[in-house]
Amino acid sequence: MSGVWRASLRRELTLIWRAPADVIQPLFFFVVVVSLFPLGLSPEPELLALVAPGVVWVAALLAVMLSLDGLFRRDQESGALDQMLSAPVMTVVPVSAKLLAHWLLTGLPLALVAPLLGYMMQLPASVLDTLALSVLLGTPTLTVVGAIGAALTVGLNRGGILLAVLVLPLYVPVLVFGAGVVRTALDGLPTDGLLAVLGAILALALSLGPLAVALGLRISAGD
Amino acid sequence: MWKTLTRWYHQLSSPRYFYRFASAVLPWLMPIAVLVLLTGLVWGLVFAPVERYQGNSYRIIFIHVPASSGALMGYIAMGVAGLIALVWRLKMAEVMLKAMAPFGAVLATVSLATGALWGKPTWGTYWQWDARMTSMLILLFLYLGIIALQSAIRDPRQAARAASLLAVVGVINVVIVKYSVEWLNTLHQGATLKLVGESSINDAMKWPLLISMLGLWLLYAANVLMRARTEVLNRERRSGWVATLLAPGAKE
Repeated sequence: MSGVWRASLRRELTLIWRAPADVIQPLFFFVVVVSLFPLGLSPEPELLALVAPGVVWVAALLAVMLSLDGLFRRDQESGALDQMLSAPVMTVVPVSAKLLAHWLLTGLPLALVAPLLGYMMQLPASVLDTLALSVLLGTPTLTVVGAIGAALTVGLNRGGILLAVLVLPLYVPVLVFGAGVVRTALDGLPTDGLLAVLGAILALALSLGPLAVALGLRISAGD
Repeated sequence: MWKTLTRWYHQLSSPRYFYRFASAVLPWLMPIAVLVLLTGLVWGLVFAPVERYQGNSYRIIFIHVPASSGALMGYIAMGVAGLIALVWRLKMAEVMLKAMAPFGAVLATVSLATGALWGKPTWGTYWQWDARMTSMLILLFLYLGIIALQSAIRDPRQAARAASLLAVVGVINVVIVKYSVEWLNTLHQGATLKLVGESSINDAMKWPLLISMLGLWLLYAANVLMRARTEVLNRERRSGWVATLLAPGAKE
């Protein structure tokens, strides 16, 4: 079983590595969306710092969601998804490998770029590490929860907009606590408790999420 | 007692039995629901005493609170039905889940609209991002998501199972959302929430409120039975009993 898991992980990473647009585009989207806000609002540093936690977080959320639309679609078109579902291992094994690979190449880069964008949004340097940490803790939850929606909409024509309608309400807790952590740090208050809540949500998503994704794929396959 | 209950549960999970049960209950349930709801509303809107601080504007509580509770209970019931549909694959659980969504979404909308109308005279604003209003808005989004997913998938069984999974995930999410927005708001503005404390409600206002709540829940139940009955007919349209039922001159 762990052999299957490792092989699936290697396959996913190779696939994404050979078509790096899937990694670069969400990142590019993230940077572009955040850059629009100073142009649309006003370049005043105080105002930007005030809205920065929410702006960076909403942009990260949208970037993850948009990247998830194609998560299972290509596998479905090539027939790999059917093989995954009919393989003699539990579907959750390759699915969890897939989720990990997806997070490593979208969520993790977002967390690494977030401090830079925070700096561009005039956040003080002292809260940039908190921003990165909150994105690091939050994006795996976004990947797993969003993948449930992606699994349910995989065979549908207008998947993209439907995915947004299904998934964005489910992202609310991560957004509230993720942006909340950064705002709390801005106020100079301790952030441990809120980071722990983000971690608790992550633990819940990691333990039950992959099972729900596997079930969603089975439902979409007409099982 | 337990035996009767389980037998009833198994009988109701048969579409044919359910159809007969719903057809027998509905002619009674619908008028009773309307009567109870009207009693509660007329009592509350006309005869209940004027509130000391809010004057007559508080009377919207007799619509607002029943609608809010109905929307919340409806979503939780959808989660339970979804779990049953996923685990035991009961067809009727899928049908019930589908039947519960539209009225629940309407109730969430009514709750938001009446809440806004009530907020203007008491809080001075139609909209505030306080914990309860935000949760109800997210609840409405979740309802709409379920309806959208169901309408996007053509095969009714697959649509219902997909909606079941979404409803179960959604119920977990509603709980977390409730706590997250409460935290968000205790940080920013806790005081406004205290305005809607219901613990100290007078009996003269409590009874009409409870009656209109009961009436609205009964109306919800009747609406679900009606929708479920139609859905059963649609799903079973190829089976023999539907054919005989719908044959000209047939009686069930």
